[in-house]
Amino acid sequence: MSQRYIDEEGFAIEGDNLDRKRFYGKIFVGVCFVSAIIGVIALGLLIADVINEAWGWLDWTFLTYPPSQLIENYLPDGRGAGIFPALIGSIILIALTAIFTILLGVGAAIYLEEYAPQSRLTSLIEANIANLAGVPSIVYGLLGLALFVRAFQMGSSLIAGALTLTLLILPIVIVASQEAIRAVPDSRRQAAFGVGATKWEVIRDVVLPSALPGIMTGTILSLSRAIGETAPILMIGAATTMFAPPIRDGPYGTQLPDLFGPFSAMPMQIFDWATLPQEGFQHVAAAGIVVLLTVLLSMNALAIYIRYRYETKT
Amino acid sequence: MSTADEVDLSHGGSRREHRVDSLVRWVFFICALLTILTTVGIILVLVQGAVTFFLDVSIIEYFTSIDWAPLDADPSFGIWPLIWGTLVITVGSALIAVPIGTLTAIYLSEYASDQTRSVLKPLLEILAGIPTIVYGFFALSFITPQIQRVFPDTGTFNALAGAIVVGIMIIPMVSSLSEDAMHAVPDDLRQAAYGLGATRFDVSTNVVVPAALSGIVAAYILAISRAIGETMAVTLAAGMRPQITTNPLEPIQTMTAYMVQVGTGDLSVGSIGYQSLFAVGLTLFAMTLAMNLVSLWIKGRYREVYR
Repeated sequence: MSQRYIDEEGFAIEGDNLDRKRFYGKIFVGVCFVSAIIGVIALGLLIADVINEAWGWLDWTFLTYPPSQLIENYLPDGRGAGIFPALIGSIILIALTAIFTILLGVGAAIYLEEYAPQSRLTSLIEANIANLAGVPSIVYGLLGLALFVRAFQMGSSLIAGALTLTLLILPIVIVASQEAIRAVPDSRRQAAFGVGATKWEVIRDVVLPSALPGIMTGTILSLSRAIGETAPILMIGAATTMFAPPIRDGPYGTQLPDLFGPFSAMPMQIFDWATLPQEGFQHVAAAGIVVLLTVLLSMNALAIYIRYRYETKT
Repeated sequence: MSTADEVDLSHGGSRREHRVDSLVRWVFFICALLTILTTVGIILVLVQGAVTFFLDVSIIEYFTSIDWAPLDADPSFGIWPLIWGTLVITVGSALIAVPIGTLTAIYLSEYASDQTRSVLKPLLEILAGIPTIVYGFFALSFITPQIQRVFPDTGTFNALAGAIVVGIMIIPMVSSLSEDAMHAVPDDLRQAAYGLGATRFDVSTNVVVPAALSGIVAAYILAISRAIGETMAVTLAAGMRPQITTNPLEPIQTMTAYMVQVGTGDLSVGSIGYQSLFAVGLTLFAMTLAMNLVSLWIKGRYREVYR
């Protein structure tokens, strides 16, 4: 190609190209925008579909009655049937999981951020946490089955379910807590050391209080993931259908959660309903999903509220 | 308060304070160590269960036979139909999520106004937070009926609905991780390209995407790894029939769906069906672990360090 050829033709092509490029650019933006909207449309369709299927099947009775094998009982003029045992089961399960994950997750995050030396072991722990977050949840279910249910002889109990879910969400909670702890300015630690606090006092009285909103946000978000998890608690043998919530009588007429007894949880119950062949149970499953999503989205809203509330303060 | 004396006194500390301090340190260390023990536990449990399984079933049959019929009177344990089922779902969902997720990320990172972003991103986060069992229900009650409108012979369970629903599920993962990677590309590069007369389209496709490529590919691999391990949606949507078929309208069974099938059945401990859980689980774990390690490696190996 000669120099002259490029000069002469170059300008013409350049102008041409620019128009064409602008045109391609516009199409490209359009395609990108449509793609970005597809996810939103899918979300809208999913929620509309669930609400549409659940319409007329969700009422107070559904929340307060145990499930039934007969579809008639779920109808407004039936004897009453619903999600009550699984709802209570899920709430206790998540409360237990919350206790375990906060203790272990925050402890691990404090060690990694405040104590851990720059060593091989530390980087191994950090790489391992990243990797654990990518392990499929059903594999955690197998771990729970072999370890908690069989080896520790806990059976298919609430406590085995909570421990399994704890191991599942622990990596996410640790990473979120680490970020919250890292965000505490070093000057505050130095100030506390300066007035003679010990390491533990600095962590307890300075670091943790400032990091708490971040830790709470991360923990609640991962708990909202745990409450919808089906595969792990299915593998440890959670009941698909329970007719009574996992509650036993305690001393002095109190009611206590039956930690070592069988339990069901909302995702298991929904799975059961969704796989029943009889006509009508898909509406019951949809009603169950509405309850599950309501609890889950409320937890998300709480987490966002905490983040917003304390972000503006500092 | 902060006299030299005070500081000195506290740093010397009482014996009790020292004991508490080192005790606390050990407690936290054990919490962190627990994550290592979790990995060790997973590997031990899976390997031990798989070894017990392979004492009864030839490992050669497991990896060479193409017949998976564990519950038959004359059982057969060839893993390939389950791997095939998993691959169909994974490839199908990637075909949906990779283009849509990448274009979404480009839109969010390069084109969207702050206002649009502040609406789109939380919505995608909600999509990512929907439990997989709900996606399974969505496939059964909405996607499959739509497929049946076009292909009336399609059964209730089919691979296509499974692939579509898993694809939708992993879009937010592809888009948010890819967007993070694009966001990390320094603005100088964009400005330099604009200075050379590039259009916004040029900048997006020829500057930002290549510069963020390692992060984007790592996002793809993580999303694919998630699709491999996806359980409830594929169980509900794609069915329970282990077979090698190229027809996406046929039911299939993934590795995870088989585990659910065994998990919901009443299999006694020590039975061959129960032990097969761990062999399949180990195969699944090995596949996702390999993907996760490749993703980490790509991210580290090809990371462009911008200063």
